[in-house]
Amino acid sequence: MYNHILSIILFTPLVGAILLLFVPKDNKEAIRWIANIFAFVGFLVSIPLVPWFWALVQRQDKAPFKFIEGAVNNWIPSIGAGYVLGIDGISFLLIMLTTLLGWVSILSSWTAIENRVKEYYIWFLVLQTGMLGVFMALDFFLFFVFWEAMLVPMYLLIGIWGGPRKLYAAIKFFLYTLAGSVLMLLGILFLYFNHHAVTGVYTFSIQELYKTAPHVPFHYAVWLFFAFFVGFAIKVPMFPFHTWLPDAHVEAPTAGSVILAGVLLKMGTYGFVRFSLPFFPQVLSNPATFLNVTVRGWMIGLSLVAIIYGALVSLMQKDMKKLVAYSSVSHLGFCTLGIFALTPLGLSGSVLQQINHGISTGALFLIVGILYERRHTREIAEYGGISNVMPVYATITMIMFLSSMGLPLLNGFVGEFTILQGTFMENWKWGAWAVPGVVLAAAYLLWLYQRVFFGTVTNPKNEKLHDLTPREVATFVPLIIMAFWIGLYPKPFFQILEQPVSQIVATVRPDYPQPKGAVNAEQQPASPASASATVVVPAAVVPKTAGGKQ
Amino acid sequence: MFLSHIWLIPLLPALGATLMFFFGRRLQKSSVSAVCVGVVVLAFLMACGAVWQYTAWSSTAEHLHQPYQTILYTWLGTDTGHLTYATHDGTPASLQADAGFLLDPLSSIWLLFVTGVGMLIHVYSIGYMGHEGGYYRFFGYLNLFMFSMLTLVLANNYALMFVGWEGVGLCSYLLIGFYFHRKSASDAANKAFIVNRIGDAGFLLGMFFIAWYFGSLRFVDVTAAARSGHFAIGDPIITAATLLLFVGACGKSAQLPLYVWLPDAMEGPTPVSALIHAATMVTAGVYMVARSNALFVLAPKSMMVVAVVGALTAIFAASIGLVQNDIKRVLAYSTVSQLGYMFLALGVGAFAAGVFHVFTHAFFKALLFLGAGSVIHAMSGEQDIRNMGDLAGKIPTTFRTMFVATLAIAGIPGLAGFFSKDEILWQAWKYNHYLWAIGFVTALMTAFYMFRLVYLTFYSKPRMSHEVEHHVHESPKSMTWPLVVLAFFSVTAGYLGVSPSLGGSNHFEKFLEPVFANGAETVEAPPAGEEGNRGIEYLLMVLSVAAAGAGWFMASRAYGNADKGFTEPIAAAAPPVYNTLLNKYYVDEGYDYVFTGRRKLGDVRLGTMGLGEASSWFDANIVDGAVNGAGWITRLTATLSSWWDKWIIDGIGVNGPAILARMLSYPARLFEWGLVQWYALVMTAGLVGFVFYYVYH
Repeated sequence: MYNHILSIILFTPLVGAILLLFVPKDNKEAIRWIANIFAFVGFLVSIPLVPWFWALVQRQDKAPFKFIEGAVNNWIPSIGAGYVLGIDGISFLLIMLTTLLGWVSILSSWTAIENRVKEYYIWFLVLQTGMLGVFMALDFFLFFVFWEAMLVPMYLLIGIWGGPRKLYAAIKFFLYTLAGSVLMLLGILFLYFNHHAVTGVYTFSIQELYKTAPHVPFHYAVWLFFAFFVGFAIKVPMFPFHTWLPDAHVEAPTAGSVILAGVLLKMGTYGFVRFSLPFFPQVLSNPATFLNVTVRGWMIGLSLVAIIYGALVSLMQKDMKKLVAYSSVSHLGFCTLGIFALTPLGLSGSVLQQINHGISTGALFLIVGILYERRHTREIAEYGGISNVMPVYATITMIMFLSSMGLPLLNGFVGEFTILQGTFMENWKWGAWAVPGVVLAAAYLLWLYQRVFFGTVTNPKNEKLHDLTPREVATFVPLIIMAFWIGLYPKPFFQILEQPVSQIVATVRPDYPQPKGAVNAEQQPASPASASATVVVPAAVVPKTAGGKQ
Repeated sequence: MFLSHIWLIPLLPALGATLMFFFGRRLQKSSVSAVCVGVVVLAFLMACGAVWQYTAWSSTAEHLHQPYQTILYTWLGTDTGHLTYATHDGTPASLQADAGFLLDPLSSIWLLFVTGVGMLIHVYSIGYMGHEGGYYRFFGYLNLFMFSMLTLVLANNYALMFVGWEGVGLCSYLLIGFYFHRKSASDAANKAFIVNRIGDAGFLLGMFFIAWYFGSLRFVDVTAAARSGHFAIGDPIITAATLLLFVGACGKSAQLPLYVWLPDAMEGPTPVSALIHAATMVTAGVYMVARSNALFVLAPKSMMVVAVVGALTAIFAASIGLVQNDIKRVLAYSTVSQLGYMFLALGVGAFAAGVFHVFTHAFFKALLFLGAGSVIHAMSGEQDIRNMGDLAGKIPTTFRTMFVATLAIAGIPGLAGFFSKDEILWQAWKYNHYLWAIGFVTALMTAFYMFRLVYLTFYSKPRMSHEVEHHVHESPKSMTWPLVVLAFFSVTAGYLGVSPSLGGSNHFEKFLEPVFANGAETVEAPPAGEEGNRGIEYLLMVLSVAAAGAGWFMASRAYGNADKGFTEPIAAAAPPVYNTLLNKYYVDEGYDYVFTGRRKLGDVRLGTMGLGEASSWFDANIVDGAVNGAGWITRLTATLSSWWDKWIIDGIGVNGPAILARMLSYPARLFEWGLVQWYALVMTAGLVGFVFYYVYH
């Protein structure tokens, strides 16, 4: 099992989908049970990865990718495509997020989906495999197959089980994303042929391409960078490529929105981290400018605009789901900001924030979905005083809102803080421009909370709403646990990210100051400066208590 | 044992809050009180034990005057230090923030009064909230607040301090909005949180500057580095960092221009106003500046800003307090004003004096609020002092204790406020005479509005309705004995810090000396001869006592016999001034026009909501318009090309030749119709033709 764990995780949902094909479509209960069991099993089989990966982290395993399966060019040898899977700390966290959210969102669909139940669950499980494949593939051909294959189920989920404008939203989503992928495909092909030109070997292996891609001359590389950029920026989505997102979110069924926000968007940021940075370091460090701004400056600028602009637009929304969708634009702005800060802090914060966003915003969509299922409207003005009738729901919502706005001791803060610090250290103005986003996040979320939950129930339709069912509570429990875990004790996450992030920064910026050997917490307090002054940390005290706990 | 477990002090109330979260709904009120008050009492006892052990520990030769630190685990970052960043000179530093706790004289003081006053207010709440719904929720929030505040105070680094800092903001939000059915309450809660977040943004940026400059967020590292002499006085980065930190302090401690949330925060239950918005949370800004004193002394400009903002806030809020009619609002503005005093002290470099005022203020201001709560309780919820009067005999304990607190805050000699306020005024005089003058006028105003409150509430003629008058009763024991305890400290707390000029030895300042080691000397003007100074000091003391007396006297003349429909002297003398003050200088309205955009200026919406509307329009029409436009153009070209394809390519190009061929072939087809009769006819006709030809040829 150890050697094939990635394949097992990858194909468990697909097996479920195939099994569902053989269940009569009228037997809805059976379909639901089977889908839920497979979603849960899909999560369970990913659990062993945690101790195994952790053991490698503890051993400080130097291999960039772990749990590698398959071999280069073994799939379609004639064109050099291989079935190669492998993960590092970044993809490990995203995979765990995907299996968790996949389970949660399938569980949340139990009563929400009544039509074409069979097709719904089949497509959902197929989608799950597609997303997992994107995070595991170490072969560009395989990657692109998963990247595109995943579009179809999502398109159908929005287009069939969506809201009133579902066709518009589904087509917009599909075409917009597809347009981006086409450019990316061109980029991939360029790198593929370039690799052949340099080494004489045709291969789509990502690890092989890492060796040649950075040496593409700048005047080509900049175009390649933008080809990939468009593909990823649409997926993230970065300003100004974001307008498919609110439409897709508003029309998608709840579980679709959870997966869309929680995982799909992360494929864009993952692409930046996995491909754009290591492939084109010289583009990001090149001083050449467009409209007086360097490439990296543009990336940072667009991220900053997304943070502020997304928050401002979010503030004025009248539809709850649209509000959450625009808040995603703002939060993803933080993620891209951290990536293009090109520092270990910014990058690790960014990946952590991607996980956080999956947890918090996933939960926010579940929250909106619960009200929608009861009242079939998402208009904020339709609600008010909900905490009187649904106190448990109101409490859970408050916790997730606080997590989303980055309150310390919940997950959002850790990510935002790390990103902001990493960015600030590069250029304090970047950090300063991002900070208003934190203030605005509090404004739009608290204002939403006030309008929906506070006050008295004024709309008679809201008087009889029933509070959460045990199943609904169960969907939130894992998310709340994760939110508190990351908020209270994020150290394991940082430890997992440390190695891949340092490697990426070392590739992109070889001159970036590296730590002089491992510094241990126990030795840290005795900094030379503190020894002379009247205030000294007693060296004897710190290790005693610190050592006892660790 | 207490000392090595100081992390338990914040954790105990956190435990109480967690229990309330999970089981509170199912618990009896008595068990809720037992748990929530119990953990705070335990925390208080542990705090006393820890401080006692610390004083012993820090007087040993080995640890003389050192802060005590204990680190639970690395909270942000890792121990290996691979998550590095480049500091200002390019050397790598690692992201690291411990879940670590620090005890030194400064945190000891906060620790003691936060747990002490907090404990009394918890006890008081048993009585005050006894008849309210959401009892467990209230106590859960209070416990959560204690956890956050104690984390703030005990943190050993800026990041963990920020945890407590935002945590108290959250609890403040939850408790202001406790009566969430009222729109005004939830509005006030939002306002408090968002205004505080603006301050927090400043704190964050200040913190990043510190991390960038010093490579560490630990207080001991930063303090040691700042005092190492490597940094010049007036260093621009340190100035920026301290100014940004002060923005954070302005938010949390309600200073100009971010004070607007505190008066509205009075929407919360009165014990909350006493605990959070008077005694403890709002002093967090003072704590933070005092904690960063080593940085502030390197930035004289920041110090000046602190002093000026403090002084201006003091007089500004006091002037509003002169005419307010809601008993809690008067006290709220008084709190803002007193906080201004504290910042004035910090700004002029008298850190110990500022902290001393925090300490004494905690007792008498908590007492005033709890007393006000008792009055409101007695008055069946009435808060307007115009509708009170002559309560002194009916609620004697409340009256006596509140009177003591009023004497203390007004600066009557012998009580706590006198010692701390006088110290501040004296230090301000040495720094800048104008600042002293502002402080002096504020002292006069303070005495006036406090005695106005006392006269209108407890003396003068009864102005309430008969029904209310009939119900007036003294509060239960659980509410009155905290008042008595606080009254005791409002008198005695000042004797801890009697200045040498009054024959004392200022134990308080001595205790704090290790923290502010080189704080005071750098900024203060060098003493110009002890004797001459003493003379001025006594003179100023007499003047401020005279001001207090004058305020008292004026208030007694104006309100001593106030009956229904009495006139306000200021309203009579200068109506525009009165209206401006009554409407708080119209600051809230101005902010709504300019910053929030909740009010429209004509048809134009400015501020954040204006920006939001503009962005939404831009998004729907320009950005999404471009996308839809691209879609539209695609469809247009598709339509055009399908037309082209159908009519031109297929029509003219493909079908055209076909039609042409068909037309051209038509005559030929005449002969090839496939109709047998026709062929027969043609054959016959041909035959006939041939026959005729040969016959007639």
